[in-house]
Amino acid sequence: MRALPVGDDALLLEVSSGEEAQALHAVLLRRRAEGALTVREIVPAARTVLLDGLADPDRWAAELTASRIPRVPSRARELIELPVRYDGPDLAVVARHWGVTEREAVRIHAGSEFTVAFCGFAPGFGYLTGLPERYAVPRRATPRTAVPAGAVALAGPYTGVYPRTSPGGWQLIGTTDAVLWDHTRTPAALLTPGARVRFVPLGDT
Amino acid sequence: MSDRVLVVVRSGALTTVQDRGRPGYAHLGVPRSGALDPPAAGLVNRLVGNPPDAAVLETTLSGCALRPRSTVTVAVGGAPSPVSVGGRPAAWGAPVVVPAGELLEVGAATAGVRGYVAVSGGIAVEPVLGSRATDLLSGLGPAPLTNGTVLPLGIPAGPPARVDGAPQPAPPAELVLRVTLGPRDDWFTAGAVRDLTRRAYRVSSASNRIGLRTEGPALERARSGELPSEGMVLGAVQVPPDGRPVVFLADHPTTGGYPVIAVVRAADLPAAAQAPPGTPVRFVPVRRR
Repeated sequence: MRALPVGDDALLLEVSSGEEAQALHAVLLRRRAEGALTVREIVPAARTVLLDGLADPDRWAAELTASRIPRVPSRARELIELPVRYDGPDLAVVARHWGVTEREAVRIHAGSEFTVAFCGFAPGFGYLTGLPERYAVPRRATPRTAVPAGAVALAGPYTGVYPRTSPGGWQLIGTTDAVLWDHTRTPAALLTPGARVRFVPLGDT
Repeated sequence: MSDRVLVVVRSGALTTVQDRGRPGYAHLGVPRSGALDPPAAGLVNRLVGNPPDAAVLETTLSGCALRPRSTVTVAVGGAPSPVSVGGRPAAWGAPVVVPAGELLEVGAATAGVRGYVAVSGGIAVEPVLGSRATDLLSGLGPAPLTNGTVLPLGIPAGPPARVDGAPQPAPPAELVLRVTLGPRDDWFTAGAVRDLTRRAYRVSSASNRIGLRTEGPALERARSGELPSEGMVLGAVQVPPDGRPVVFLADHPTTGGYPVIAVVRAADLPAAAQAPPGTPVRFVPVRRR
């Protein structure tokens, strides 16, 4: 692990894989819950975890780089099931990329277990990992100006669900009626970093 | 309907509700948001007797005009501007009484960019995740004001400050931003790091609440390729593919994939919020504290 200082009161902890980042994130959340770590934000991302608003970044840099972080996250988190209609306009494109039929593409996606690696782009938009590397797909050459809320989409190694209508360049494979973001709910985001997710096909898709 | 409301008569170029923002939710993709010039927002709140977390209005260059339905105390600060009540000149940077139904006119900024208007009791729109701030990146919080918007006001917490006025820093003729290098300065050539800290930049007119954009020498990358998305901090100097540094302000995205060459000291960001397009910018390297 590398600990890179970010300004006067933040640290960017960099590890070598997404799984390690998820494991590190879980460790940091635990330390905060125990009262050992006082920090304003813990922001996981693809290969890093950012600690922002940290009183003593140098001490934490030394302590964390010296400590052993598990290589894979524990599977202790709850499993969220998202009902999906696999009716997205890009399902055929994705199936072609994967070299399978649309029906088989649905089987692959719905047969995988995902983890929310991190959030970004919009409140409640999770970047979910879980598909094998060979199923990574490119973004669309031309982003759509409006992707509807609930659209289930793929880009690179990630699956995401649009919490509300927004522009987007991901490949749309399906739709869910689940409410991804509701600021009156706690937590407001349905998919929080570390959560496990399965997509459950609806109807005859 | 209660009389404790404020009617927006002229919304100006961009007027939003702001407070101290909603830190603590970056892991859900929620920007911190909040006033771009927190000391100015804090001062106008103190002048009208509000607690420091009360919501105020943040104006942009052209001010705004407001009509309260009940008598209120207001204070206008941040970017200096003319102030009038019922057509008569009133004090800037001091508590001012606006009788019920009279028009408070906040004129165009004579210097700086962001003006702050505090009203006794605070702007009492419904909070979202503990904050009433308008976040222009994610759309959380109330929409920017439009003509005719009616804003609820809270109950005044205490008497206005007993001062005639309070000193406020003048907007900078030159914006000097102290930076600590990293975390991704190694993605740039040594020449780029020198360019950033020695050459002249100017504030770009494309700046907004998300970032202070600059014009000046493009910073050359030492490595190509994409950086996997990583967490971003307030004041991060991110360098997009065009090579012109962008300083992240309150509505910045929580994660990003362009490398951050340096981070601006938080204490220098209020001045960045008040620097109009064309203002010369200097990035001065300092050691981490």
